[in-house]
Amino acid sequence: MNLTLKVWRQKNADTKGNFVTYKADHVSPDMSFLEMLDVVNEDLVKKGDDPIHFDHDCREGICGSCSLHINGRPHGPKQGIATCQLHMRSFKNNDTVVIEPWRAEAFPVIKDLATNRSAFDRIQVAGGFVSVNTGGVPDANVIPIPKVIADEAFNSATCIGCGACVAACKNASAMLFVSAKVSQMALLPQGQPERYRRVQAMVAQMDAEGFGSCTNTGACEAECPKEISITNIARMNRDYFTAKLFKEEEV
Amino acid sequence: MSNFAKTFSSSLGKKLIMAATGLFLCTFLIVHLVGNLQLFKDDAGQAFNAYAYFMTHFTPIKVVSYLLYASIIIHAVYALVITMGNKKARPIGYAVQAGSQNSPWTSRNMGILGTVLLVFIVIHMSNFWWKYHNAELPYAKYEISLDDPSDITVSELPWDAKRLVHSDYVDTQAGKQVIVSKDLYKVVAHSFKTGWYVLLYVISMAALAFHLIHGFRSAFQTVGWDNRKYVPIIRFFGVWIFGVLIPVLFAAMPVYFYFFK
Repeated sequence: MNLTLKVWRQKNADTKGNFVTYKADHVSPDMSFLEMLDVVNEDLVKKGDDPIHFDHDCREGICGSCSLHINGRPHGPKQGIATCQLHMRSFKNNDTVVIEPWRAEAFPVIKDLATNRSAFDRIQVAGGFVSVNTGGVPDANVIPIPKVIADEAFNSATCIGCGACVAACKNASAMLFVSAKVSQMALLPQGQPERYRRVQAMVAQMDAEGFGSCTNTGACEAECPKEISITNIARMNRDYFTAKLFKEEEV
Repeated sequence: MSNFAKTFSSSLGKKLIMAATGLFLCTFLIVHLVGNLQLFKDDAGQAFNAYAYFMTHFTPIKVVSYLLYASIIIHAVYALVITMGNKKARPIGYAVQAGSQNSPWTSRNMGILGTVLLVFIVIHMSNFWWKYHNAELPYAKYEISLDDPSDITVSELPWDAKRLVHSDYVDTQAGKQVIVSKDLYKVVAHSFKTGWYVLLYVISMAALAFHLIHGFRSAFQTVGWDNRKYVPIIRFFGVWIFGVLIPVLFAAMPVYFYFFK
């Protein structure tokens, strides 16, 4: 099939970008979206043009690198997948596909479609860890954890930090990401000693990075490739208000 | 900055203020609606005027009313502050953004709906609240027969600065209870006969409905109350009580006066 691509091209963070239209002809429906862009890039290189810059790594939906805003939705029109898992059969012949980078003050464009998402790393560094020595491998079930709690913690831990939640949110809010990182440890025994310090430190860093506020639209959970639920946001709020207003635990 | 100030200037703290003031305004709506249902009573406004007097002169309610005015202002100001912060968080927008595919319409338009409501509140209060407190309104004198409470004679008394806002005595010789009160009912009845005013009310109540369909349940999510057992109940209340029943009954008042009085 043949497609028209409208791709955001931007030389670097300091220049203004603009849309450039490309033709992608003879696209196989079995290609992944990134493979389609690889083919377009090969043509550009052959012509001596600068290829389209985009982030990618594992190409199997677990690394969180790929980050394309396709036709108005992060990771394209399907649910529960990253851009690399999106296949061209999701599009129709002669479709126009608009490809943009994540848009957020906290995610400045590096080049074209690649954005600098180190704001997420700084939030993690602020408190998204357990600072005890884990020692040797413990025996299984030494610490009993109810199945539902373990499952919920695991669901939160599946966040790959791609930033689709920020990209989807009309306020560029990072609360789904931060709440998932807060929850995965708040739910488990190992995370308890630092539970209330962690949530305060991570929320403070999130605010310092310039992300927006949550208006509970639910766009983040609808677009999350790992289908992280906004229950996490409620949990983060609960922990934060507990720490700030009831327990008086300092950061 | 103190811990308290830090808490309420954080993104979560600001949302907590929105949720708390919003829920308080929701509880007020119930009280306001129950009181205003007196308008449907066919007693030339006697019950409604008594209710208006009670609401403006009973001390605990007066205290709560100042809390209410503060809540409206705080809710609006914080909405503005949060929205400006959100706009700053995305200085360059998307060329294409398919919000309709991942979020409900109400959740994306709280600001517009809220602005409609704020304009409505200003008009609504300047027309009734301001007039009742400051304008030289006439008085209504109700003479109710002690033998038959449904036998009410109404007469109008002119404005008199010395007259009490509300007085109530029993004239045993004439066999009548005499109630004289500032006639807010007359202002209401007159307003609700004005076409554009009725239209404004109906549009505003539609905005209220959509604002609360998202707002009510959203407040509970913000404070972190998402117990799986209670979320369906909260959602039911948000949609059917605050999103449908309350706005419909409020809108029914001007419509009833316009067409049937």
